[in-house]
Amino acid sequence: MWDALSAALRLVLRLDGDVLAIAGLSLRVSLLAVACGTLVGVPLGALLAISRMPGRGVLVAVLNGLMGLPAVVVGLVVYLLLSRSGPLGAAGLLFTPTAMVIAQTILVTPLIAALTRQVVEDADRELGEQLRSMRLGRWRRARALAFDARFSLAVVLLAAFGRAVSEVGAVLVVGGNVAGHTRTMTTAISLETQKGDLPLALALGLVLIGIVLAVNAAASLLRHHAMRVYG
Amino acid sequence: MSPALPIRIEGVSLRADGRAVLDGLSASIGSAGITAVIGPNGAGKSVTLRVIDGLLVPDSGRVRFGSRPGAEIRRAFVFQKPGLIRSSVADNVALALAGARLGRAEMRDRVAEALRRVGLLSRARDAARKLSGGEQQRLALARAAVTEPDLLLLDEPTAHLDPAATEEIEALVLDLSRGGAKVILVSHNLGQVGRLAEDVLVLAAGRAVEHGPAARILAQPRSPEARAYLAGELPWMSCAAAS
Repeated sequence: MWDALSAALRLVLRLDGDVLAIAGLSLRVSLLAVACGTLVGVPLGALLAISRMPGRGVLVAVLNGLMGLPAVVVGLVVYLLLSRSGPLGAAGLLFTPTAMVIAQTILVTPLIAALTRQVVEDADRELGEQLRSMRLGRWRRARALAFDARFSLAVVLLAAFGRAVSEVGAVLVVGGNVAGHTRTMTTAISLETQKGDLPLALALGLVLIGIVLAVNAAASLLRHHAMRVYG
Repeated sequence: MSPALPIRIEGVSLRADGRAVLDGLSASIGSAGITAVIGPNGAGKSVTLRVIDGLLVPDSGRVRFGSRPGAEIRRAFVFQKPGLIRSSVADNVALALAGARLGRAEMRDRVAEALRRVGLLSRARDAARKLSGGEQQRLALARAAVTEPDLLLLDEPTAHLDPAATEEIEALVLDLSRGGAKVILVSHNLGQVGRLAEDVLVLAAGRAVEHGPAARILAQPRSPEARAYLAGELPWMSCAAAS
């Protein structure tokens, strides 16, 4: 085990080409998925936070439930949609990084929307009456509250990125783990472990843990900085 | 003076949590100067301000501005807590103009003028929530004033402030009133009511029990509820005496 670990460290330290390519693809796919999820999830969560429509409670419960979507089930659904006989089969996206982005977007969007809803609702409790008294429309109020809670929302996005970059089920099903094309850190770790190439699996694991720790540290620093500067 | 004023509160009732918060409240508030709304806790003062502002919709009754039905007036509300967003002082004032469709230059000028009026122009780029309590409330007044309201509603704006900050806020309120805004002020500070208000509306249990010139009501209240409140009697003591 120590041999494998020291070999893994060497791979990381000498910036092994395979490790960098796989880590790079993982980051590209997950960052794009979080960007797409942000475009949908933040406005959706913010508007839901300030809306008082009938059935809102059911919507919130459904959204919260979707946060726990099993990645492999999302992968299966996207697979069915993109497979040759599926409704989007003609696009030829299956086993491409685009398919992986679509799957991860579906995975993180409910998470972003549900946490945004909670964060913005907390801000609304503090500022909502003030904003309503300014006669701002619903969209402007949602924007103002999301802006006020932007540092908490940044933490939400970092959490979504953590979820995306560390999942294996969805990208494995829709990406197919094709070497040099759709192989991500998590699918590569799974495959290399089964093949017995523990140094590469461990090296990728170290990079993955490093990324997740860096993301968490960034989230913590951001909140600390924001509280110090803006109160 | 705005053509949409004065304000008529006509038989307004509102229930919340199974309790009558406002119980057929009626009052006619004049079109100029400062009107203070006083009364014990739970009398419905803050709720009355929210109904006038439109933040709360009454179960029955209505609020009319001036003689024209459906007349619209510019209203601004300053709450006990200033309610500032995590951004700069200037951004907080600009937010009040977000729906006004102003050009960038006009927006900047109006924000600067509002901040100059409350003495915060030099702090325009500072973080709003890092200001002192008194400065935050001055900023809240600037945010209200920048919309050039016909009616300014103040809900205990100096409740958490020290005497010096209170004095600054009172001077600003007088300045805004003299500038043409009708001011309705909820306050437990009877000294402040005496310093600022021309007339006083006394509420008790969701009803108007007395309305008249401030000097007369503060010196010689006629209703038993106003007398008890101004004498500092606790509501449950009044109930015990009555029973």
